[in-house]
Amino acid sequence: MTGNFRTQSDNNLINKNKIVNFTFNGETYQGFEGDTLASALIANDVHLVGRSFKYHRPRGFLGVGVEEPNAMVQLHEGDKSEPNIMATEVEIIEGLKAKSQNCWPSVKFDIGEINNVLNRFFPAGFYYKTFMWPKSFWMSVYEPIIRKAAGMGVAPIKPDPDRYEHNYEHCDVLVVGSGPSGLAAALAAANNGAKVILAEDKAHFGGSLLTDDVTIGNQSGKDWADETISHLKSLPNVIVKNRSQVFGYYDHNMTVMFERVSDHLDNPSKYTPRQRLHYIRAGEVVVSTGSIERPLSFGNNDRPGIFLASAATEYMKVYGTLVGKKPIIFTNNDSAYKAAIEFNKNNIKSLILDTRESSDGDLVKEVQSLGLEIKFNSGVADVKGRLKITSAIIGKLNSDKESFSSLEEIDCDCICMSGGWTPTVHLSSQAGNKLKFDENLDAFIPNNKRQKETAVGSANGSFTLKQSLIEGFQAGFDLSNAITSNNKNTPVPISKEASYKAHDKFWCMPLPEGKKPKRFIDFQNDVAVSDVELAVREGFRSIEHVKRYTTLGMAGDQGKTSNLNGLQHVSNIQKKIVPEVGHTTFRPPYTPVTIGTIVGREVGNHFQPTRKTPTHKWHVENNVVFTNAGLWLRPRYYPRENETMSDAVNREAMNVRKAVGICDVTSLGKIDIKGPDAAELLNRVYTNAWMKLPVGKARYGVMLREDGMVFDDGTTTRLSENHFHMTTTTAQAANVLSHLEFYLQVVWPELKVNVLSTTEQWSGAAIAGPKSRDLMRKLFPSVDFSTEAFPFMGLVETEIFGIHAKLYRISFSGELAYEVNVESNHGLFMWNEIMKVGEEFGIQPYGTEALATLRIEMGHVSGPELDGRAVPYDLGLQGMVSQKKDFIGKRSLEKNAYVDPLRQTLVGLVPIDKKTKIPEGAHLVENDKAPLPNPKLGHVSSSCWSVEYNNPFSIGVLKDGKNKIGQQLFAVYPLKNISIPVEVVSSHYVDPKGERVRV
Amino acid sequence: MLEIKCPHCGKRSQNEFAYGGDATIKRPKLGDKVSTKDWDDFVYFRDNPRGKHQEFWHHVSGCRQWFKALRDTATHEIFNTAKLDEEL
Repeated sequence: MTGNFRTQSDNNLINKNKIVNFTFNGETYQGFEGDTLASALIANDVHLVGRSFKYHRPRGFLGVGVEEPNAMVQLHEGDKSEPNIMATEVEIIEGLKAKSQNCWPSVKFDIGEINNVLNRFFPAGFYYKTFMWPKSFWMSVYEPIIRKAAGMGVAPIKPDPDRYEHNYEHCDVLVVGSGPSGLAAALAAANNGAKVILAEDKAHFGGSLLTDDVTIGNQSGKDWADETISHLKSLPNVIVKNRSQVFGYYDHNMTVMFERVSDHLDNPSKYTPRQRLHYIRAGEVVVSTGSIERPLSFGNNDRPGIFLASAATEYMKVYGTLVGKKPIIFTNNDSAYKAAIEFNKNNIKSLILDTRESSDGDLVKEVQSLGLEIKFNSGVADVKGRLKITSAIIGKLNSDKESFSSLEEIDCDCICMSGGWTPTVHLSSQAGNKLKFDENLDAFIPNNKRQKETAVGSANGSFTLKQSLIEGFQAGFDLSNAITSNNKNTPVPISKEASYKAHDKFWCMPLPEGKKPKRFIDFQNDVAVSDVELAVREGFRSIEHVKRYTTLGMAGDQGKTSNLNGLQHVSNIQKKIVPEVGHTTFRPPYTPVTIGTIVGREVGNHFQPTRKTPTHKWHVENNVVFTNAGLWLRPRYYPRENETMSDAVNREAMNVRKAVGICDVTSLGKIDIKGPDAAELLNRVYTNAWMKLPVGKARYGVMLREDGMVFDDGTTTRLSENHFHMTTTTAQAANVLSHLEFYLQVVWPELKVNVLSTTEQWSGAAIAGPKSRDLMRKLFPSVDFSTEAFPFMGLVETEIFGIHAKLYRISFSGELAYEVNVESNHGLFMWNEIMKVGEEFGIQPYGTEALATLRIEMGHVSGPELDGRAVPYDLGLQGMVSQKKDFIGKRSLEKNAYVDPLRQTLVGLVPIDKKTKIPEGAHLVENDKAPLPNPKLGHVSSSCWSVEYNNPFSIGVLKDGKNKIGQQLFAVYPLKNISIPVEVVSSHYVDPKGERVRV
Repeated sequence: MLEIKCPHCGKRSQNEFAYGGDATIKRPKLGDKVSTKDWDDFVYFRDNPRGKHQEFWHHVSGCRQWFKALRDTATHEIFNTAKLDEEL
C-alpha cells in the first residue's frame, strides 16, 4: 500500500504511476516516485521516526526540507550506511533501507527515555555541573559515559565505496535558490548576457511558487516557474542545478555547492559520482534562499504529529501527502491559513487557533468563507499522546497573554503551527554581511555587505511576491549590467497574490495552570523554554554563552527553526530588544555535507600525486619495498626470500662497503643555475667560497636561513664558467628553489642569473663501493677513471650508446662512488646497463635504509640533523663557514647563543652492551634515575646497525659534545620506559679521515 | 579561498600561491656592518597590523614570480597587487 494519507488531487509532483518499495525499521512500505522518505512515511501514517538527543523523547517530523530537526535516520546498510540523514531530504528509491537512530531496543520502546522521566536532573549545563569532581573520574568514569551518550546515528566503519567528484566553476552571477526572486534574478541576468548559475537545493524548482496560489503574468506561479526554468535551461550562458545546496560562502566570493547527483537514482552508472562538490567563484552572488517558518512554543510541542504549517501545505501540494485528517492549525499570522485551505480541498475541516485578536487578511477571509471555525485569542497549552498526538488542550488567552482563561481538550491527529518567518540569512552572514534586526518581521535581515552579495525576496525580508519579483529582476539586471555592460532589461510581470496582515509578536504560550510540560525551542538538542530561563537566571548574558551553555542552536540543524525564538526569549527575559542581544555566528556548512564529498577523488592513491622515478618499473620487478619521500616513491630496501627488513638493509649496506651497490638518487633536487653572476649567487647563498671553483669540479655546500640555522646542503658542480648544477636534499628541493628565486627577484635583482628546477630532467644512479671504479671502467671504456684524471669531486661528461651522460665523483656513502646522470627518458636503459655490466662485480641495489646506514656510520648529516635548530658549528660544519665573505645568515652566527661552547653538537653513540638499538628521539641524560624533570643534555637523531662494526650506532646532538667523548650517558625514552647506557664516541664512526672516497 | 591577481598572469586561485611575509622589510646590504638591534629587527621583528598590510606572494604553481600585494588582514580584501619594481 502506498498509504491512506494521500490527497485526492493528482495536481502534485509525485508520479503515481510508479510505486517504490522501501523499508523503515524492517517494515516494508510503498511510496511513489518523487516521494521523500518523509512524505512516504507520513502517507503510511508513520510518524514516530526517532528519538531526541538528550531525553530520548519520541519524535516525528516537523518540517519538509533542510530545516528538519527531528526526523533523522540511519540510511542504507553496510559500507553505504550513513547516519543523521534528514528523512525530508531523502528521495526514496527502490529497496531503500532506513532505520531510526538514538534508540534501543526500538524506537517505540527506548530505554534511554528514562532520561525524560528524570529530566529535572538534566537541566541546562547538566554536563558542566555533574562531571566536575572528583578529578580522578574525568578520564576513567565520565569520559566513557559521555562518549557513549554522544552522537545520534552510527558512523559506518567500512570504507566508503561511492565515488565523489570536485568541480571548479566561474560565473558572473550565482543565484542561490529558485523561488520567485531567484528565478527573476537568474532570468534578468541571463537575458542580459551574464554567465549564470542557478542552484536549487530541492528536486523541484520554484520555491514558494510550488505551494502558493498566485499568478504571474497570465499563468499560475508554478507554470511561470516551469516556463522560466525551461527558458533558462535553453540558454547557453546558464547552468541550472537542482538537488544542489550552496552551503558555504567564503572570501572573495568563493562559494561551495554540494550536488546530490545520483542518490535519487535506482541504478546509477558505475562512473556516475554519488555527489559532487562545486567550487564556484562568482562575480556576484544573489542570495534568494527564502525563509524558514518558526515553531510556536507550547507544552509538549515536540510530539509526533506537530508540524510547521508550511510543511503541512507542502506535503499536500508537492507530495500529495496528508499529515493528518483531524488537523488543528495554530498560528500567530496569516500564512498558516494556507494549510487550512489546502486541507479543505481534501474535504478535511481544520480548527484554526489564532493568537491574534483578529485578522482580515485575504486568506483569513477565504477560510471564513469556507465555514471553518477560527478561534482568535486562542492557543494550544499542551497536547496528549506520547508516540503520536491524540488531542490538544486548548484555551482562550487572557488579555495579558500570561495565562489561559479556560482550557478544553480537542481531539486531533496533527497540529500545524506557524510562529512567523525567519529570513534565511546564513549565506549573507557567512559572507560578512552585518545583519540588522527588522522590528516588523521580528527577524534579522541582511544590511551592510562586505562581499559582492545581494539578498532578494524573503531572504531579504521581502515577503510579498510583488516585491520579491521586483527585487529579483532589479538585482539580476543591475549586477549583470555592471559585468557585461549590456542593457537588455527584462520587464517585471504583473503578479497577483493574497494580502497578509501583521503577525503577532507573541509565540511562547503560557503553561497550563498547575502543570509544567516542556515547551521546546530547539528540538534537535532538547532545549526548552525553561532551560533558556535557567541559563539567564544563572547569569549567562551573552547570547554566545547562552548558546553554549544550553546547546541552543548547536545541533546538526544549526538552529534553523530555533535560533530566533531562542534570541527572542533571552531578550524578553532580559527586557532588552533583540538587536541588543545580537545573534550567534552563522558558519558553514549551512546543511550537513558528507565527508566523502569534501574529500572527492582525493582518496587512496589519488590522495596526493605520486612521483615515480624513471626506473620505478625495475624496482617493482625486483621486489622493492617503497618509502614515501615527500611525493616521491623511493626504494627503501629490496628483500630477498625470507629476509627481514634488517637482514636486507644490512646485506645491501655491507655490499656497498665490500663490493658495489647502486642507488636511485633521481629524487634529489636539481637546480640549473645560469648567468654571468651565477658564481656570485652561490657565493652569497652558500657559507663557503665559490668564486674560484674550477670548471668541471663539484663542491659541497651548506646554506643557511637568515637566522643562521642550516637550511640545506648538497653538492654543486661548475659545468662551465657561468653554468652550475646544484643538488639539494629531496625534502627541501622546492623550498631551495623558492629561496633562490626570492633573493634573485626581491633582494638582489641586479644579479644576472636564471634558476630552473631540473629534478625531473635527470635520472640519477649512485654507484658506490670499492669496486665501483672497476665497474665504471667497464661501463665507460673511453673515460680515464684514474684519480689523477678523474679526482674526487670531479665531473666527466661522456656518451654511452649515443646517450649523453654526466659522471660525478661524489659520495654520500663514504665509499669510492660515482653518480651517473642521464636524461630521464634514458634512465631505465642506463640502470639496466649498469646492472648487466655490474653483475660480475657483485652489484646489488640498495635503498634508503641502507643509504641511511652508510651515511650515519660516516657521520654525514641529513634531514634529522638539519632540523632547523642547528647552526653549522653544531654539526661540525664550522670549517665550511667562510670568514672572508658575507652570505645569507652570516650575521646571525655572531649571536652569543650561537657561539656558546656548551651548545649541543654532533656526536656518535654506541650502546654499552653493543646490542640494544637506540630509538631515534631518545633523550640523552647523565643519570636515568634522577627525579623529573631530568636535565636533558641532547637527543638521538639517527640510528642504524653498523655493518662495519656489527653493533648499533647512532648519531645525535649533545651539550658540550666534543668534551664528552668517552663518557657514559643514558639514552632514555620515557614513553616506552627505555633506558640504554651509551658511550659517547666521534660521529665519524667509520673511516674518520675520509680516505675511502679519495682512493 | 582568496582570488589573487598575479601581476604577470592575472587572477588565479589562492592555491597557486605561497605567502612570503612582510614586503616592507629590507635586507641589510651584504658586507655592511649591522648592529645587533638592526639585524634582529630584520630577522625576527614584524608588525602585525589589523588592516592594510604590504606583503610578498610567490606564484609557485604558475610563473614563479614574486610580487607584492596590499591586503587587509581583517577582511582579506586585496586592494592591489604589483610587480616588484612597481609601487603598490
